[in-house]
Amino acid sequence: MIAVLLAQMIAITGGTVYPVSGPKIANATVLIRDGKIAAVGTNVSVPTDATRIDAAGKWVTPGLIDGGGQMGLVEIGAVAGTRDGSLATDSVAASFSVAEGLNPASVLIPVTRIEGITTALAAPVGHLISGQAVLIDLDGATIEQMLVKSPVGLVVNLSEAAKDEAGGSRAGVSARLRRLLRDALEYERRKVDFSRGQMQPLSAAAPDLEALLPVLHGRLPLIADAERRSDIETALRLAKEFQLKLILAGAAEGWEIAGEIAAAGVPVLVQPLDNIPSYDSLGVRYENAALLVKAGVKVVLLETDTHNSRNLRQQAGNAVAYGMSWDQALRAVTLSPSEVFGVADRYGSLEPGKVANVVVWSSDPFEFTTGVEHVLIRGKEIPLKSRQTELFERYKKLPPTY
Amino acid sequence: MRNPEYLLVALAIGCASAGARRTETANPAAPAPPARAPVSQAAAESASVDRAQYPSTYRRHPNPPVLIRNATVMTATGQEIRNGSIVLRDGRIVAVGEKADAPAGAVVVDGTGKYVTPGLIDDHSHLGVYAAPGTDAESDGNEATNPVTAEVWAEHSFWPQDPQIPLAIAGGITTIQALPGSANLIGGRSAILKLIPARTVQEMKFPGARYGLKMACGENPKRVYGRRGGPSTRMGNMAGYRTAFSQAEAYRRKWDSWNKDKKGDPPERNLRLESLAEVLRGNIYVQNHCYRADEMAQMVDLAHEFGFKIRSFHHAVEAYKIADLLAKEGTSVSVWADWWGFKEEAMDGIQQNAALNQQAGGRPLLHSDSPSGIQRLNQEAAKAMYAGQRAGIPITRDQALRWITVNPAWTLGLDSIVGTLEPGKMADVVVWSGDPFSVYSKAVQVYNDGWLVYDRNDAAHQPRTDFQLGQVPAPGSDR
Repeated sequence: MIAVLLAQMIAITGGTVYPVSGPKIANATVLIRDGKIAAVGTNVSVPTDATRIDAAGKWVTPGLIDGGGQMGLVEIGAVAGTRDGSLATDSVAASFSVAEGLNPASVLIPVTRIEGITTALAAPVGHLISGQAVLIDLDGATIEQMLVKSPVGLVVNLSEAAKDEAGGSRAGVSARLRRLLRDALEYERRKVDFSRGQMQPLSAAAPDLEALLPVLHGRLPLIADAERRSDIETALRLAKEFQLKLILAGAAEGWEIAGEIAAAGVPVLVQPLDNIPSYDSLGVRYENAALLVKAGVKVVLLETDTHNSRNLRQQAGNAVAYGMSWDQALRAVTLSPSEVFGVADRYGSLEPGKVANVVVWSSDPFEFTTGVEHVLIRGKEIPLKSRQTELFERYKKLPPTY
Repeated sequence: MRNPEYLLVALAIGCASAGARRTETANPAAPAPPARAPVSQAAAESASVDRAQYPSTYRRHPNPPVLIRNATVMTATGQEIRNGSIVLRDGRIVAVGEKADAPAGAVVVDGTGKYVTPGLIDDHSHLGVYAAPGTDAESDGNEATNPVTAEVWAEHSFWPQDPQIPLAIAGGITTIQALPGSANLIGGRSAILKLIPARTVQEMKFPGARYGLKMACGENPKRVYGRRGGPSTRMGNMAGYRTAFSQAEAYRRKWDSWNKDKKGDPPERNLRLESLAEVLRGNIYVQNHCYRADEMAQMVDLAHEFGFKIRSFHHAVEAYKIADLLAKEGTSVSVWADWWGFKEEAMDGIQQNAALNQQAGGRPLLHSDSPSGIQRLNQEAAKAMYAGQRAGIPITRDQALRWITVNPAWTLGLDSIVGTLEPGKMADVVVWSGDPFSVYSKAVQVYNDGWLVYDRNDAAHQPRTDFQLGQVPAPGSDR
């Protein structure tokens, strides 16, 4: 019954289609059926009952994916009551998943999606182990409807800020992490002893140790925020020791050891427009993303300002200005994040069978001159409205009508 | 300040402050001092004292004459000249047009495919006062010890070795207003600076520029002082400004009276009231950090009560709601392209703010309040322009260029000296790799008062601060 209700075909015709998984196709059709992409190409026959979207002269891409931020977890930055992305109780919050903190009614969601961002990471912050990040589509009335994958990774902090959680030394951070990982393995081996209280106390509570096991078994990536070169090297060392599936986040000085990161097969989440030096990242520079890609690292771009996740487009454009190819940049906001977050079977490219998150742009999505013409999330056309468009409509002529 | 702690998530952006108010004349540019007057005159001094006060020691850096030709020259006066030329000599623009001859000894720059604009001006920066690397030791922007600290001057905090300065220069910025932060109702005097490498702030002080006075509305002063004796409410904020300016009126009368014949002992100097009295005299511009429309309207009334004008409302995320009122007041609005939501008073920010104020006949401009944003004011202007155009507001490229050049120059009272490409103006000029409103374009050359202060293709013209030496990898190097 539900399937029948949803049965709907949409054909986006005549545009230049950027599937990402392959070269661009001029004057192509993207056919969408029941929320999935049914066909892409120049020889797609459009059923008569399909809704047509004329994309002649337009560019068609997969919906963009922001590889960072706290979409759904923050409404007003300075109002603590509207923030749900951090657990204050413990420096090791491995069992904390942000999923049930998500607010599907957040006004940030329409503001963001009408500019072509259709999917975003929602990541916890703070402490030593921040918790579990999830991937969400920017549509849905319920948390369940929004979730794309939960969890997609366990966030750990290896930047300067983590020192406060580990006695004040970088060496304390890594020592504490090692002990946690060993204790989790010990816990797994001796669960019965643990439950009977026949063990020395371990360095975290049972739910948190339990939550570390998927990471230790390579089923869940460890997303490590590390900026200084030596901290990145520590993350790589830990990953090697414990055979973890590592994702680096930030990696301000990553360009300095791009070859090592590439050799380890570790992807990196990068915000291109970072270049303000701190003692944690003296080598930070705009070319970071491009230099990593050049060395063979899989790079995902992100915009850390959740309220302006829409500026992911500007981030990508600037990544191009500082050395990435345009194709690499598009991949870094579509297919690469899908691969890194483990959803490439469903997301990130315009291929038959994939979820129909599709954007029709007036032109190059990274240029300021370009507007969004259509946004589809899971095959549903999204009205291009937000609280901000309503404010504009109210005040475009003064005085306003209340 | 960027907080580097958590890369996945930007922490709430602070926001700074500022707001300006200006006084009296509709034509703000005070009689333009010569572009390189060695020392500022009365405008920058106090009327209550006749001694020199931290004078500018700025000197133009010698540079051979320059002819840039075959470029698209965007003048910010309504013209966009294809295959145009511009000549710079002795710190001045001497010719702008389709053809120009090279002066003797001129360096000729081929501008094929390139664009030329006036040097960009950021009227809201905390460079130097909140310097990188962002430690407590470098946190010199808020004298948060009293809600009214009109006596502090940003130049006395400014650190010329802030490594953020060369980054901003590489973004095409030639003049900044460095402001105190927004913790206080009245935060102190701003510094108007030529953005050049220098050993001292005095060497950067824009000759003849008037000081700004930083004032702040709303959440920040309430938050900082709410449990420290107040103000703790918006009405408390208003009472704080009114009390301060009432005292300043009395102070001004006392000095004006003494100055008539200078008989007897002069009144005792009060540095706090001196700054405020200069606002009342019209010699210092009020730069007013203020977000909400209703609060801006209160501040306009405050200015009316005490007989001064607000030169600019800074941040002004709700300016579009009262764009008619602000245009009538002649107060500029210094805004972001799209920042919003980091606090309650920023929740109603919309991307068409600048465009709607333009449409209402106001004087919008793009400011950064950020060491990152200052590096791409051209991109912020582009976003705001296209947001307007897409919504049906016909913003022109020239208007958008004015948002980051002559409009901020006006806000600083310097629009007769900088902000456009016209013969006689100071040779603050940027050469761009392409259309400055494209995300792919970068500044390739920056001339400040005729000096080639930055060249993207020549390491000899890529200034580095002391801080960077030996610890920040040089551009293009691999440590």
